[in-house]
Amino acid sequence: MRRPRTPAPLLVPATLAVAFLVLPLAGLLIRTPWSQLGALLTAPGVGQALRLSLVSATLATAVSVVLGVPLAWVLARSRARGRAVLRALVTVPLVLPPVVGGVALFLVLGRQGIVGSWLAATTGITIPFTTAAVVIAETFVAMPFLVISVEGALRAADARFEDAAATLGADRWTTFRRVTLPLVAPGVAAGAVLCWARALGEFGATITFAGNFPGTTQTMPLAVYLALQRDPQAAIVLSLVLLLVSVATLLLLRDRWLGRGAAA
Amino acid sequence: MSLAAEIAVQRGPVTVDVAVEVADGEVLAVLGPNGAGKSTLLRVLAGLLPPDGGRVAVGGRTWDDVTAGVHLPAHRRPLGMVFQDHLLFPHLSVRENVAFGPRTRGVPRAAARAAADGWIERVGLAGLGDRRPGQLSGGQAQRAALARALVGDPALLLLDEPLSALDARTRLAVRAELRRHLADFAGSTVLVTHDPVDAMALADRVLVVEDGAVVQAGTPADVARHPRTDYVARLVGLSLLPGTADGLTVRLDGGGVVAVAEPARGPVLVAVRPESVALYPSRPEGSPRNAWPARVAGATPHGSTVRCELDGEVPLVADVTATAFAELGLAPGSPVWAVVKASEVAVYTR
Repeated sequence: MRRPRTPAPLLVPATLAVAFLVLPLAGLLIRTPWSQLGALLTAPGVGQALRLSLVSATLATAVSVVLGVPLAWVLARSRARGRAVLRALVTVPLVLPPVVGGVALFLVLGRQGIVGSWLAATTGITIPFTTAAVVIAETFVAMPFLVISVEGALRAADARFEDAAATLGADRWTTFRRVTLPLVAPGVAAGAVLCWARALGEFGATITFAGNFPGTTQTMPLAVYLALQRDPQAAIVLSLVLLLVSVATLLLLRDRWLGRGAAA
Repeated sequence: MSLAAEIAVQRGPVTVDVAVEVADGEVLAVLGPNGAGKSTLLRVLAGLLPPDGGRVAVGGRTWDDVTAGVHLPAHRRPLGMVFQDHLLFPHLSVRENVAFGPRTRGVPRAAARAAADGWIERVGLAGLGDRRPGQLSGGQAQRAALARALVGDPALLLLDEPLSALDARTRLAVRAELRRHLADFAGSTVLVTHDPVDAMALADRVLVVEDGAVVQAGTPADVARHPRTDYVARLVGLSLLPGTADGLTVRLDGGGVVAVAEPARGPVLVAVRPESVALYPSRPEGSPRNAWPARVAGATPHGSTVRCELDGEVPLVADVTATAFAELGLAPGSPVWAVVKASEVAVYTR
């Protein structure tokens, strides 16, 4: 069946939008110094930054899954009052400028912070400007993505399976482990990938709360920004690496998003 | 293990206020239109919904008692439940689904698997234990759901529209099997359905619920013959006749032969709806195959139709329009001929 033509008032802006989104990426590819690629990629700081980025984003995702999935369950299933308020609070980091998040984290966990000063006094541990601070900053910014995604999956999942489990003698915890979690596993996986991608690209909260120290807190986005000041060629190559990681993420999610759109 | 319950619960605009008693080995069908509160009753019995008032006791043990503040949660009630669309866990194999209940109730893995395999075989799914629910047909999935509900030898079996998601042919087969399993089941069974045939074929007693209240209770034959409301009359005025099928004819246990449209063999039940019974003052021309002489034993008006109870070799119930009733000059005791088309006769195996 042939669909009617797209009307021009829609087609023109749509085409512009595509150009706007795709051209910068094309520009990145065009300006990539392909001949020096190997040398730039193996430069000492690059591997370090990439490794730190991958490790901290993965840790942030792990923390988000461990804490975020139970939170998503509470938002989706519990009948506790104040759930709407809770959901609003949880989504604040989604819309908050990351720099503000970084400042907020600093005020709480910094050496003079509410929790930070106590932590330093009792254990001697200070968090800011460490790799732990990177993970915390990334978790703060990325966990809402996971929570929202998993909550959506839980709402879409048929809660009557949980009724069936209850009639089979399963208490709520057993039901969660053996029925609910396996049912929403694809949603958790998609949320985790999204969360990981967001953590990988984190810039504002990280630089504010964790600083920019090569080897401990300088992640790829920070390295890109810094490189742009002194060595634009290196910045392009680092950007290319992040672009590849993003595309890989998209491919991972392809079945879930693009596939669903194509099937509809 | 008998069930005694008396519950009140508010569901939207409907107040469900129903009392049920089911003896050991007995099957009670709760029949009623959508939104009558049937499923709400079942959810309360299962412990999935705490009642607003009343009590539920099974085998002398109190499961719910609102005044005493007792509510046994669903997972602590020894019951089995079958849902309309089976609700087998899609991520588990059939065997794991059936073994789920025993496992959560503390049966060791090997014993749970053995019990599951036993039931998978009993419901006719031998060899399908490793399949995922998505790889089963509708009838197979509902059989697996029945096995899952029965495996732990529950005190109470709850069936929520267990056949209504199946296509007509599968429904006949699964209904016949369900009937066998229910006959072997020692506990109490509550079957919720809006299909009178399910109620008639499977239940020892029928409870008709409308707008959250019981409007009639009795044996299936009793309810069918003496419907108390128009809804019941429309719904359950079904004549059920046991017999033995041999191809396209059924020899009735009470005498008489019925011609049917779908071939069957062995012991069957023949079901005839009252609106498909036509009455004639004498044997009609063209010699229809299903024509029996009878006598009007009773006549009750229901809206624009009159329900006639017929005595004779083949006992039937007929609905005729008030006009036809008057034109035929019918009265209790009148001799008539009852005619039914073979295609209007439903047959299912006993």
